[in-house]
Amino acid sequence: MTTQVPTTRTPESIDRVVIRFAGDSGDGMQLVGDRITDVSAVFGNDLATLPDFPAEIRAPAGTIAGVSSFQVHFADFDILTPGDVPNLLVAMNPAALRANLGDLSPGASIIANVDSFEDRNLAKAGYEANPLDDQSLAAYRVYPVPMTSLTLEAAKEVGAKSRDAERSKNFFALGLISWMYTRPVDPTVAWIETRFAAQPVVRDANLAAFKAGFHFGETAELFDHPFEVQPAQLRPGRYRNITGNLALAYGLIAASQRATLPIVYASYPITPASDILHELSKHKNFGVRTAQAEDEIAAAGMAVGAAFAGHLAVTATSGPGVDLKSEAMGLAISLELPLVLIDVQRGGPSTGLPTKTEQSDLLLAMFGRHGEAPLPVVAASSPSHCFDTAFEAVRLALRYRTPVILLSDGYLANSAEPWRLPDTAALPDISVPFATAPNHDGEFWPYLRDPDTLARPWAVPGTPGLMHRIGGLEKADGTGNVEYDPANHELMCRLRASKIAGIARDIPRLEVDDPSGDASLLVLGWGSTWGQIKAALREVRHAGHDVAHAHLMHLNPFPANLGEVLARYERVLVPEMNLGQLSRLVRAEFLVDTRSLNQVRGVPFRAAEIEAEILEMLL
Amino acid sequence: MTPSDDASATPTLTRKDFQSDQEVRWCPGCGDYSVLTAVQLLMPDLGVRPEELVFVSGIGCSSRFPYYMNTYGIHSIHGRAPAIATGVAMARPELSVWVITGDGDGLSIGGNHLIHALRRNVNLTILLFNNQIYGLTKGQYSPTSAIGKVTKSTPFGSVDQPFNPISVALGAEASFVARTHDMDRKHMQETFRRAHEHRGAAFVEIYQNCNVFNDGAFEQILAKDKRPEMLISLRHGEPVRFGPDGARGVVVNRFGELEVVDVADVGADRLLVHDEHRPDPTLAFALSRLADQPTTPTPVGVFRAVQRPVYEEQLTQQLVDAQARSGPGDLAALIESGSVWDVSD
Repeated sequence: MTTQVPTTRTPESIDRVVIRFAGDSGDGMQLVGDRITDVSAVFGNDLATLPDFPAEIRAPAGTIAGVSSFQVHFADFDILTPGDVPNLLVAMNPAALRANLGDLSPGASIIANVDSFEDRNLAKAGYEANPLDDQSLAAYRVYPVPMTSLTLEAAKEVGAKSRDAERSKNFFALGLISWMYTRPVDPTVAWIETRFAAQPVVRDANLAAFKAGFHFGETAELFDHPFEVQPAQLRPGRYRNITGNLALAYGLIAASQRATLPIVYASYPITPASDILHELSKHKNFGVRTAQAEDEIAAAGMAVGAAFAGHLAVTATSGPGVDLKSEAMGLAISLELPLVLIDVQRGGPSTGLPTKTEQSDLLLAMFGRHGEAPLPVVAASSPSHCFDTAFEAVRLALRYRTPVILLSDGYLANSAEPWRLPDTAALPDISVPFATAPNHDGEFWPYLRDPDTLARPWAVPGTPGLMHRIGGLEKADGTGNVEYDPANHELMCRLRASKIAGIARDIPRLEVDDPSGDASLLVLGWGSTWGQIKAALREVRHAGHDVAHAHLMHLNPFPANLGEVLARYERVLVPEMNLGQLSRLVRAEFLVDTRSLNQVRGVPFRAAEIEAEILEMLL
Repeated sequence: MTPSDDASATPTLTRKDFQSDQEVRWCPGCGDYSVLTAVQLLMPDLGVRPEELVFVSGIGCSSRFPYYMNTYGIHSIHGRAPAIATGVAMARPELSVWVITGDGDGLSIGGNHLIHALRRNVNLTILLFNNQIYGLTKGQYSPTSAIGKVTKSTPFGSVDQPFNPISVALGAEASFVARTHDMDRKHMQETFRRAHEHRGAAFVEIYQNCNVFNDGAFEQILAKDKRPEMLISLRHGEPVRFGPDGARGVVVNRFGELEVVDVADVGADRLLVHDEHRPDPTLAFALSRLADQPTTPTPVGVFRAVQRPVYEEQLTQQLVDAQARSGPGDLAALIESGSVWDVSD
C-alpha cells in the first residue's frame, strides 16, 4: 500500500469536518480516534478531540451504557473545540447509533456497521424495529456497511481466527474513514506494524481490515467522492499532539528542571487523573520519584513529607480525592511548605460521573478546608495550556512556600490538540534558595518572613544548625514555636492571607480580547470553556457584534485588574460547567451582577449554546 | 547559639545536643518523660548528627515528642505520620527518620498508614506509645483498651475487641518488631538502638503509663516485684525462659501453638529457642499472642528482625538504573518524543 492511493474520484475540498466514532467499550473506538488524530496532526491539520467513555471497563456488550465514543474535529484553519455536532457518525452497533443520534443535525452522515444491526443488538439498544430499514433516519444520509463480515473475510486470508478477526473491525472503520477524508495511510500501517509486532496474526488481521476498509471506500459505489481537508496555516514552529494529562506531566518535569528540584509525585489511582502517574512513573531518569500511596490521604501526606525534605512535591487526584486531601492541604498551609495538588475535575458530588467532565470543584479548591486556609488556585484552559499551568503552579508554590491547587478537568485530561513546542531553554529559572544559615541573632527562626513575598525560609533536613520543629499547631510569628496567644493567632491568620493575596502583584494582569473596544458585554470564563467561548465569539463577531472575552487562569488571587476590567462592561456573562461557582466569587468580590450560563451534563458546552446566550443578551 | 552549633565544633555529642529549648509539657509523672529521656540519652551513641534526624509525629500526647528534640521535626496530622515520614524518607533516604505515634494515632485513625509503611518496609523507626487510652482528649477508650474497659466514652464498659499491636505489625509484614516499656530505660535504649540500626521499617511498641487517665494499666506486669515472673525477655538464640530462677518457659505444643510451662515439668530441652531471624513470622506471631492483655506473662524484646528490600533504596535504585539506561533526562527531547511536525512560514 502506498501513501497516495490513486483514486478514481476527485476529492471535494472542505475546510473542516467533525467525525464521531461510536461503539462498544471493547470495540477500540478510542484507539481508532487516537490514530485518526495522529495522522491528521502530522498531515498538518489543526484539530481537537473529545473522547467520551463509560466508567465501566466493559459494560454489557451492545447496551447504551457500554457505548464509548471519540470525536475528532480537524480543519484547514485554527479551530478551538472538538466541534459542536458531528458531520459524520460511525456507529458500530445499534446502541452506538441510539446513544449518539441526538447529537446529530439533520443532513449529517451516518456510517453504520449493518452486520451488528440484528435482533439481539437492536433489542439491547431498545429498538423495536431496525432503524436502518424504516424511515426513522430519513433526515440523515445513512451508509450501511457490512464492516464485521468484510473484516472477517479480509482477515481470514491472513489466517486470523474469527475472534481475532472480529476485533479488527475498528481498523476497517479507520480504513474507510482514511479513504473518505484522504488521510495519509502510511503512518497507520507503520503504527499497526510496530504496535502488534509481537502478535503477527493480530497485526496482519488489523492491516488486512484497514486495507479492506480503505478499498471498500474506493470501490463500493456507496460514496460519491472522498473529501479532503488541507493543512492549516498554524504559527510556524514544531508541533506535536498533546492531551491535558500528558501536558501536566511534562509541565511538572519542566518545572522540576527549571527549579533544579527533583519531583516526588505521590498519588492514588483515580479517574481521570491516573494517567499523570502513569506518565511520570516512566521518567525516572529525570529524577522523578513516584509512589502509589495506600490512599488519597497518604498521597498528600507523602507530598508534605517530601516538601519538608526539600523536594518538589506533587499529588494529583479528582474531586473525591480532594475531599480526602483537604487535611494535608491545611497542614501544608500551616507549615507553609510548597506543594502542588492537581485536581482533574469530574462530575460530582460523591463518585458522580467518573469519566465525565465538570468544573464544579472551584469552590472546593477555594474554601474546602477548615479554618482560614487560603491557597493559590490556577486553572488550565486547553490541553496544551496544562503545560504552562503546571509550570506556573510550581513557580507559585516554590516562591511563596504554599500549597497550590491546579484545576484541570476530564475534558482537558483526555482531549488532544496540536501543541507548538516551547523553547525549553527559554523557560524561566524558578529555583528558590534553601536556607543555609541562622537568620536571627545566631538562631534559626523558621517563620521569619521575606518582607517582599512573606514566604518563610525553607530549611531542609541535613542542614547543620537549622534544626527546627514545625507542626499543625498555631505558631508564634518568627520563632515558629507553639503559641496559643490570641493576638498571635490573629496576626498569623492575617499574614497567611496577605501572603496569598500578595501573589496578585506577581501574576499577569488580565488581558481582555475586545478587538473593537466597543463591546458592552464581557464574557468571563475560566478553565476548559476557553475554546467553546472563543468559538462562540467568532460567530457573534462574524455577525457584526462587539463582545469582549477575558479568561482567568488565576482564580486565587484574581489578577489585580479584574475589578477594573469588570467595571468597564455593562454586562458580564459567566459560562461554567457548574451551577455558578465563579459567578458567585465574582459577585461576592466585586459586587458585579453577573449572568450565569451553567451546564452540568458531563460534556463541554457547545459553542452554539454560548453563542445563543450571547445573542440573547445582545437583543 | 543553638546547642548544635556547639556540637559542630566538638567531636562528641551529648544529651544536650538533642534537647530543644522548648519546655516539656506532659503531665507530671507521665511515662512519656522516661521515653524522651531514654531517646535523648541514647542519641549521642547512635552516631547520627542532630541535623540528620527527622522526627515525625501525628496527634496525641506522645506526638508532642518532636518539639522536644533538637532535630528536624514535624508534628503533623492525626494518624498520618507514617505517610508523611514515608515522603521524607523517599525524598532523602540518607536521613534517619523516626515516627512517634500512639495507640489511637497509629492503630485507630492512622492504622492504614502504619500497616502500609510496614509492608513497604520504609526505613523508619516507629515508636508506638501504647497507654491503652486517649489522653489528649481526656480519657476515651482506645483500640488497645481491654474489653469491658470503663472510660468516659464507655461508662458500661468497652465492647470493642482490642488490637494486639505486635500481632498487627507482624501481620503487616513488618521486618522488625519489638516491645519495650517505660519502666526500664536500659531495655528501651537497647530496643531503640536495634530498631534504629535495622534497615527497613522497625516497629517498637512501648508500654507507657498514663498516670492521669489510665494509671496502672501495666501494673500487673511492670510493678518491680512482678517483672521477674511476668516479663518474658526475648533473647535471640536463647531458650524462651523467665521467672525466678528461670523456672518457667515457653514450649510449642502438639498443635503448633505456644504454651507457658514449668520447666521442671517438660525439661529445658523442650523450650522454644528464640530466633528473631526466622523468615516465617508464625512463631513470632504466636509469641505475640502469649499474653492477650498485659496481665499474664508477656514477652518483651525483639520478636522479629529479618532483612528484606528497603522501599526507598529500591526506589532510588530505579532512578539510578533509569539514568544508566537512558542518560539524564533531556527535557527538549522528552517533549519532542512521539510524532512531531514542523510548520514553516
